[in-house]
Amino acid sequence: MTALVEIRRLDRHFEVRRSLFARAKILTAVNQVSFDIERGEILGVVGESGCGKSTLARLVLRLIEPTAGSIRFDGIELTQLSDRHLRRLRPRMQMVFQDPYSSLDPRYTVEDTLLEPLSIQGISLARAAAREKVSELLSTVGLASALARAYPHQLSGGQRQRVGIARALVLSPDLVVLDEPTASLDVSVQAQIVTLLESLQAKLNLTYLFISHDLALVSYFCDRIAVMYLGSIVEILPAVRTQPKHHYTLALMESALIPDPRRRRPTAPLAGDVLSPFAIPAGCAFASRCAAATHLCGVERPLLKRYDQGHLVACHHPVAACKSSPQSHFQRSTTDDVYRPYG
Amino acid sequence: MTLLSVENLHVRFGALHPIDGVSFSIEQGEILGVVGESGSGKSITALTILGLLHLQGGEVDSGRILFNGIDLLRLVERERCSYRGKQIAFISQNPMTSLDPLFCVGDQIAQGLVIHLGKSWFEARARAIELMRDLRIPNPEVVYDQFPHQLSGGLKQRIAIAIALSAEPRLIVADEPTTALDVTVQAQVLHLLHRMTRTRGIGLILITHDMGVVAQICDRMIVMYAGTIVEAGKVEEVFTGPRHPYTRALINCIPRVETQPGALMAIPGIVPNVTDYPPGCRFHPRCPRALPCCSILPPRTVECGDEVSVACHLYDPSDWTLS
Repeated sequence: MTALVEIRRLDRHFEVRRSLFARAKILTAVNQVSFDIERGEILGVVGESGCGKSTLARLVLRLIEPTAGSIRFDGIELTQLSDRHLRRLRPRMQMVFQDPYSSLDPRYTVEDTLLEPLSIQGISLARAAAREKVSELLSTVGLASALARAYPHQLSGGQRQRVGIARALVLSPDLVVLDEPTASLDVSVQAQIVTLLESLQAKLNLTYLFISHDLALVSYFCDRIAVMYLGSIVEILPAVRTQPKHHYTLALMESALIPDPRRRRPTAPLAGDVLSPFAIPAGCAFASRCAAATHLCGVERPLLKRYDQGHLVACHHPVAACKSSPQSHFQRSTTDDVYRPYG
Repeated sequence: MTLLSVENLHVRFGALHPIDGVSFSIEQGEILGVVGESGSGKSITALTILGLLHLQGGEVDSGRILFNGIDLLRLVERERCSYRGKQIAFISQNPMTSLDPLFCVGDQIAQGLVIHLGKSWFEARARAIELMRDLRIPNPEVVYDQFPHQLSGGLKQRIAIAIALSAEPRLIVADEPTTALDVTVQAQVLHLLHRMTRTRGIGLILITHDMGVVAQICDRMIVMYAGTIVEAGKVEEVFTGPRHPYTRALINCIPRVETQPGALMAIPGIVPNVTDYPPGCRFHPRCPRALPCCSILPPRTVECGDEVSVACHLYDPSDWTLS
């Protein structure tokens, strides 16, 4: 059986004009991205802001048009479909948005919000059946059915995001794209939403594309992880405990602030900022911040190469397998003598 | 030596009491983490220390804030101004809005030197560039004349740190200084903040919702919930043996790379709104270990040795007879 989603050499550029008369500059948001999403898996996409992960999420559902490339959903080429045909496929692919404050219509009650997808699809339910459906959905996402009449402003952030999830489930989709669904929530509420998503995935046999900037969260939640940097996928980890081979993935792991004072990091693992997406370099996009970069990295863009069992890395000098991750950076540290070790 | 101590602070916004009896202190050169979810009152505590509470419409009901032995709450605004920015500096959450878009960033750093230390603009420029170099800002001479919109988020937050450091303060209050930044940049800025305050012996009150930030750079921490302090102590102590059920829950609900699937512990319910705090212990409706007395009696703060104090009935057996 083929993968549920197959993305091949996907590109998306934006033309940005500083003023009405200025020459348009090309912003490369997504650059030659290819990957598959298998049925029933949770694929995580991590990256920092501006790396193109949200653009990618929208492209997968064709909420925005790709500049080039192919998106196949269950064997159907989405990029060629007319709007009418695309709408027929919509029930099978849904999305949960990042900000539950702006993604719900303030003038719709929870019930209106949940029934809207049905009416768009031309499914009309009798009033009793509709009410039944709503209360069933609300209980699926852990909300009291009394909230059906509530407006978004009457709900907390966590409750709103549960409504957002319920809305994505109304049409019984196969694929749900989750674009940072917990980024605007408190940590305790984030854990509630993540556990809810976990149980829904198991119960309804969903496939998730989970977008996040939090590698620890993605590692906890996902089966496979794709790491993005400046619009390109630099590494795909076949399992969360795979030792990363790309220097950026390693740095991302080491930048995570571990809630354990016995595991303090003496230095920040990575210097510098992400480059501008207006001027993507010819070579490796990460070369300017990479400690292992050589002349080759500056001139030739590394391609995603297969290492073992689905482990793909785009790096000319991948991290050697023997190197255990945190130690290397202790040695590389330069000035920070003032850090005292734990204890 | 104690640099700042907050004693039994009560803050009122009209009929609401978002801060209800908060006491803590910070030593010279120490990094104190203040953790809590949104609505726990941590930002209001920061505003009160800075004397900016009235701008938000709040007022202090009772309590003292002693800075080097002087009660800041009894000073008139003019005296207050000689502390704010000079002795006590502030770094806000969002560098995108805390910098003035109409002035080049260098002048915003130099301004503190001119106002508080009486330097000439010429001297201040040289000193500001030196400060920017200390903060590892590349090409400080060029960046000095740039405007906030030309800089990345990480650079802007470094400028905000430089502004805070410019008048050589004794204490910096930083309200979520890295929340708006990316993971790799966040690590850089935190390490920088750690190094700058350590080498200069500046006290740092670091307000955050992220237990990871506290674990990585703080010496001591206080955990706030619904306007009260539920646990306070040395970071190592609190993390190795969290006593208050809320502290424990807050640590356990953060996913780590090694957390096993299905092992993430969510805290049921939500933080109560300031308009309806539950009676007794404010955490009891969400607490897995609540006793009958928890819904009636607010817990006292008890010392548990090792410089840890906790406000929970589980550690105060004298209350159990009530139930």
